[in-house]
Amino acid sequence: MTADTDAAMTDNSDLPESLVEIVEDFAETESGDRLQLLLEFASELPELPQRYTDHPELLEPVPECQSPIFLVTEVENPEQGDAAIVKLHFSAPPEAPTTRGFAGILHEGLNGQTAEVVLSIPSDLPLRLSMTEIVSPLRLRGMSGMLSRIQRQTSERIGKITGQ
Amino acid sequence: MSTAIPADTTAKFADYADGSRLVSTDWVAEHAGEPGLVIVESDEDVLLYETGHIPGAVKVDWHTELNDTVTRDYVDGEGFAALMSAKGISREDTIVFYGDKSNWWAAYALWVFSLFGHADVRLMDGGRSKWQAEERELSTEKPRRESTEYPVIDRDDSTLRAFLPEVRDSLGTRPLIDVRSPEEYSGERTHMPSYPEEGALRGGHIPTAASVPWAKAANEDGTFKSAEELKAIYTDEAGLGTADEVIAYCRIGERSSHTWFVLQHLLGYSNVRNYDGSWTEWGNVVGVPIVTGSEPGEVPSR
Repeated sequence: MTADTDAAMTDNSDLPESLVEIVEDFAETESGDRLQLLLEFASELPELPQRYTDHPELLEPVPECQSPIFLVTEVENPEQGDAAIVKLHFSAPPEAPTTRGFAGILHEGLNGQTAEVVLSIPSDLPLRLSMTEIVSPLRLRGMSGMLSRIQRQTSERIGKITGQ
Repeated sequence: MSTAIPADTTAKFADYADGSRLVSTDWVAEHAGEPGLVIVESDEDVLLYETGHIPGAVKVDWHTELNDTVTRDYVDGEGFAALMSAKGISREDTIVFYGDKSNWWAAYALWVFSLFGHADVRLMDGGRSKWQAEERELSTEKPRRESTEYPVIDRDDSTLRAFLPEVRDSLGTRPLIDVRSPEEYSGERTHMPSYPEEGALRGGHIPTAASVPWAKAANEDGTFKSAEELKAIYTDEAGLGTADEVIAYCRIGERSSHTWFVLQHLLGYSNVRNYDGSWTEWGNVVGVPIVTGSEPGEVPSR
């Protein structure tokens, strides 16, 4: 049996290479092993740097997720606009591995990318991960919630939109 | 109930109507691995089992395994038999369920198994968090159980399950328990606090339903409150008294499974049904009556 056809059928040319790789990894993994792959992303999610663990109020909650998760987007040299580099930080408890896994995917795919790339990520990214049958739609919507917050914070930081 | 696997004789359990439906973490640690006993983990988080589970425990996922993939319903008799056979569960086995969030999803799985008349189903009091808090062993090794030949049993939807027409017909005659949060009950919101919107066009509750948020039945550590405390909450405060029939509902039927377990097994109400259509059905159906605010409200005149 060949792996899922999701990836083959979907045009992923609108994604950066880092995310195409992740999307393909999931598509090429047997459906029974995809949770294991998601778990790897969960365990690879970096710890929150101390400047944020000391100041949790700087993080933004993501109420779309079923588990408590907080994130913050940093932009280095925001005056460079679209070319500025985006850094992501997440905080999610170990008893919420699915949410951590989604955060891990976004971190792996978007951390260190330019603002232009981050802002170009299509909102249907969660649906392209070949997980619609193993993870409930609510969960995937939680991932969309994280992505939209990352994009909004990035826009604010580079001055494309003003906060709230 | 199966006689092969002994009941847990913990004193607290003896006060419940059917205390043999509960086992302690101590009991599980002692009996896990015995032939005829299957430990089943059922969580809200689909990945939690993979991070480590009670050694030998089998995973059952509510979303991918207990639900029909097309119709909004549970798997049918054949689907359930295939699932049980693949998991290596026999019809005679004693099953102990446990999971995250005070056993909320474990109770849901237990209720679905009960629709198929699986006789000896029990909950591990305190669930996954208590096991972890006690720093007991967790394993990431998936058990390899030999597949079984579980018989095809028709799902019985007539005794433990309620559907919308029966709920509508029972307004004013049978007590209803709404186990959602106070904000969902009053209609301020249609989903759980800090949970995503799950799609109901109207907020509020079914007329006459008493509000008893499900978590009231649980202690801080996820264990069930004592028989006496539960009686005070449901029999007295919520006014169930000696009712011979009760219907519980929530948003999609999961939280109300937890309350169903309390009423049916711990308090011994003889005819308790879970309305799994719950608010995501009632709150979207054209023309059914709704009450907003914190009072149960009156039966609407027809």
